[in-house]
Amino acid sequence: MTAAGIDSGDTAWMLAATALVLLMTPALGLFYAGLVRSKNVLNTFMMSIAALAVATVTWALVGYSLAFDGDGAIIGGLGNALLNGVDFAPRDGTTIPHLLFFAFQATFCIVTTALVSGAVVERMRFGPFLVFSALWSVLVYAVLAHWAFGGGWLQELGVLDFAGGVPVEMGSGFSALAAALVVGARKDYGRQALLPHNAVFVIVGAGLLWFGWFGFNGGSGFSAGNASVLAFVNTLLTPACTLGTWMIIDLIRGRQATAIGAATAIVVGCVGITPAAGFISPAWAMVLGVVAALPSYAVIQWRPRTRVDETLDVLAAHGVAGLTGILFIGFFANASWNGVADGLVYGDAAQLGKQAVAVLAAPTYAFLMTAGILKGISLFVALRVTEHEEALGLDIVSHGEEAYATGEGAMLFRTERA
Amino acid sequence: MKLVIGIVRPEKTNDVLEALFRADIRGLSMHRVQGHGGELERVETYRGTTVSMELAEKVRFEIAVSDQWVQPTVDALCAGARTGEGSVGDGKIFVIALEQVVRISSGQTGDDAVTPVPR
Repeated sequence: MTAAGIDSGDTAWMLAATALVLLMTPALGLFYAGLVRSKNVLNTFMMSIAALAVATVTWALVGYSLAFDGDGAIIGGLGNALLNGVDFAPRDGTTIPHLLFFAFQATFCIVTTALVSGAVVERMRFGPFLVFSALWSVLVYAVLAHWAFGGGWLQELGVLDFAGGVPVEMGSGFSALAAALVVGARKDYGRQALLPHNAVFVIVGAGLLWFGWFGFNGGSGFSAGNASVLAFVNTLLTPACTLGTWMIIDLIRGRQATAIGAATAIVVGCVGITPAAGFISPAWAMVLGVVAALPSYAVIQWRPRTRVDETLDVLAAHGVAGLTGILFIGFFANASWNGVADGLVYGDAAQLGKQAVAVLAAPTYAFLMTAGILKGISLFVALRVTEHEEALGLDIVSHGEEAYATGEGAMLFRTERA
Repeated sequence: MKLVIGIVRPEKTNDVLEALFRADIRGLSMHRVQGHGGELERVETYRGTTVSMELAEKVRFEIAVSDQWVQPTVDALCAGARTGEGSVGDGKIFVIALEQVVRISSGQTGDDAVTPVPR
């Protein structure tokens, strides 16, 4: 039985899409875990896993309401706090139950919160990270989601963002930059080679992310209609072109196409098409795949030569690629495909101006608010582990486990029984 | 000729290598070992099974040197491996006499075989 105004086909697809997006968080954990040293694998993975708990709870308590209740310019209301009034009736403007709409959006908040952890792995204490995640998911993600999707000022202005270039990609990328600057570099950064310990994890993680991204972009039309089909197909085309471009650049520069580079390219391509998925034609989506590779590739080459230890390059892969996608819409949006708006090339130069506003506003807010949250937490507790603990590895220090325990020399611990 | 064996914390491996190279000591081998040197056992928990890790991960360096290089080698190992916390677990250095050394490529023996070939 369904409520009036519900389309069962749309609802069926959105149920599946929600599960697809949820998979992206452990996939991201795997991707990140492969990129760190073997003594920090579990801690890095746990930062993503923790988001499944922290961001789901904050989203249900207040985050969803602040993002999607009412149409205040800056922030939503508290009318849906604690899921009040979120039930089986259709969410305004969709044909799916409000409760399902909430869950779909929750998976976005979770994966975005997990994304930011890439900037602070291998040195941040786990407790303060949990506090940071909780605050970030509300103060940064929910606010940016309101601006772009929930009736906030960017949406009112006419900014086009199909699946989250503003809150997810630019939000996480520029927050990561702020987090890396406030928390500071790892003690050995720039002194020793700090290499990925398992490239296979990285590739499998990227593959699972791409799989999940079909739900992420394909579900952002909230239906099984044209916009979703277009977004779904573009999610195939763009990352494929980014992957090809990345390998060609690798071959030209170093004569070898790198595997971790290829995994990175998949993520960059998925990010690039995220805001544009339902707005540009498949042919332009392929062009976007090529274009999006260039600035992200450049930033990934440049960043490790700086003092900024933005460890897993969230800024390059998400911030910069998301920014590229948002601007690309301003040029190549095509009303004959999306039924909403044209970009500069199809006769509406104003759309590019609107996209440019989002590109300035979202990163600025994400950067400043993230820096503020971390500075605030650091007034009460230390953000980092000690140098000795950092040398020992955070798996043992924060979790009392090793990822690759051999069991040699491990004695069963007998507790006294009464 | 002496064989200098240094057993150090794995997290100090890079510092030790750096100290050895700074002291111009080339020609070494290293491997990962597990051992017990009187340090406190670490407790880990896996799904309700709590274990104490009696053996700690260490890295063992082996460096064959001529007699006048023994002290610089020992000094470099200490400089690189000491954490300065005064706690148990920084490792040990053993120096033992070497009877014979042969460089396989040239057949050189004795001190010539442990002196690096100039590049």
